Amino acid sequence: MSDLKTRYSYGGDEFIFVELSEDMSLEVNFQAMAITKKLREKNMPGILDICPSNASYMVRFNPDQIHPDELIDELKKLESSVENLDDVVINSRLVDVPVLFEDPWTHEAVMQFRDRHQDPESTDIEYAARINGYESKEDFIKAITGSPFLVSMIGFVPGLPFCFQVVPREEQIEVPKYVRPRTFTPERCFGFGGGFSVIYPVQGAGGYQMFGIAATPVFDKEQKLPDFQDSIVFPRQGDIFRYRDVTREEYDAVRAEVEAGTFEYRKKDFTFRPDDVLKDPRAFSDMVLGRLYND
Amino acid sequence: MIKVLKPGLQTTVQDDGRVGFYETGMPPSGAVDQYSYAVANLLAGNKKGAAVLEITYMGPELEFQQDATIAITGGNIPPKINGEAVPMWETVKINRGDVLSFDFVKQGARSYLAIAGGIDVPVIMDSRSTYTLCGIGGFNGRALQEGDALSIGDVQETDVKEGTRLTEEYVPEFSTSHEIRVIIGLCSYRLTEESKQRFLELEWTVTPEANRVGYRLKGERLDFVPREQPFGAGSNPSNVVDLGYPIGSIQIPDGVEPIALLNDAVTGGGYATVATIISTDLNRIGQAKTNEKVKFVSVSLEEALKARQETNRKLEEIKNIIQSS
Repeated sequence: MSDLKTRYSYGGDEFIFVELSEDMSLEVNFQAMAITKKLREKNMPGILDICPSNASYMVRFNPDQIHPDELIDELKKLESSVENLDDVVINSRLVDVPVLFEDPWTHEAVMQFRDRHQDPESTDIEYAARINGYESKEDFIKAITGSPFLVSMIGFVPGLPFCFQVVPREEQIEVPKYVRPRTFTPERCFGFGGGFSVIYPVQGAGGYQMFGIAATPVFDKEQKLPDFQDSIVFPRQGDIFRYRDVTREEYDAVRAEVEAGTFEYRKKDFTFRPDDVLKDPRAFSDMVLGRLYND
Repeated sequence: MIKVLKPGLQTTVQDDGRVGFYETGMPPSGAVDQYSYAVANLLAGNKKGAAVLEITYMGPELEFQQDATIAITGGNIPPKINGEAVPMWETVKINRGDVLSFDFVKQGARSYLAIAGGIDVPVIMDSRSTYTLCGIGGFNGRALQEGDALSIGDVQETDVKEGTRLTEEYVPEFSTSHEIRVIIGLCSYRLTEESKQRFLELEWTVTPEANRVGYRLKGERLDFVPREQPFGAGSNPSNVVDLGYPIGSIQIPDGVEPIALLNDAVTGGGYATVATIISTDLNRIGQAKTNEKVKFVSVSLEEALKARQETNRKLEEIKNIIQSS
């Protein structure tokens, strides 16, 4: 990966920020995952937080225990040790995420903030479909739900998954963010901004295009649901989410299960190598969908 | 127990922060001014990391239903017991039935009330700090309200003699204009050279949008280097492929108004970050009030580390002074 120009930078005296690439790609995300995984395994004293993100990562440390330059030297060594992603194994989960597109609650928010949007005359999904070259909203939804997404980063607020679709680059969807951020986004809103889809864990501010609503939570601070026993957030970097278009009827049924505290995600533990994805994203996507729904 | 007669503007339980969950999107929270926080605990005889009350702008009115040892530090907010003035930065005894109240804050924005034994609230993810955005930690995940009753914990380490006080050199001065040291970096390559300079030359004004999540500042528009946006970043020149935001990092959405992130920060997003406030001055930025001025001063890593060591040394000296008093 000699084409990557890595930038190492101090984030004050407690953070190191490492930008592996300005562009997003599956390859660079796997590299960030691999470096941060190795760093975690080293259990170095003075390391407080290891935060992999999309095309970069960040480490928080206690400079009373480790000098930032010493840490940077170590990170550079780790970077060169994963140049070849061959020996990298990603422990993942395949997860079915039911989404109700163009739901009434998101639609209300869409209409409320037209004055902050690029195209006040269209809805977010009509606009996004058009600028990505789709004939109809239905075709656009098919493209989103047809191939799964890699959870490439968690952040913003607790549990928010940034997801990057596992398709060849030329098929990837890209949309701008709102011209001015909104002051309101519904909880569990399914959004899209830049090259990433997200689920907003809680209601709040936001700038991504709004397409629908997930029936299922990604954040449960009461830890009532079985999927949240170990953590108040569900998504993990490296997970593979398939967003599935559901009817209002199914949405309501899933919501009832969530409210009753009985809902559990349809999911499968799954291990893969970056190369499995990179050599043929299309074949990989088909394979994981088969595993999730059939095996 | 301590009964909350009046809650104040925004009074929350805070400690030294919830560390280790940043990668899940969970910011550390904790006292914004960690220096004043640590001194309050030392004067109260508490173990490191004990929970205190962080008071913002306007103090609460608290009825103590038991005898206690307390200490108040941070922004200058004249405290009173039963209406009689008592000093800050000093170990104070308060008796059962006494009412602690405060005048308006005179200097600074945030003050810390430590009570010997610490505030006893459940430990959530290794911390008692309140993260109000998601309702996690502290007292029921929120700021105090009238009628709340706080329990005192058992994390007292030593009995500090009443009247133990610190000399002036250990008491920070907060004025209405704040010099805040930063390390330029992160995605600063996105700003034009001229805008990078303006960022450091300008006197920024703190807007009303200044809270524990971040401080939004007003000044003049800054420009980004024109480029074809990288894949996945979004179309605004201030957009980057979503990345992690360090605590203290400064972003400038659309080049309009810089936002400095504090302890309840959003942990990541898609705006270019251009500098980070050094840990020592994170203790000061949260003491700036709306309409006060902020000037950013660029320092090297070495200077930042030296400032940090200086703060550590001061805290060590304070510990010794208190132990030998």
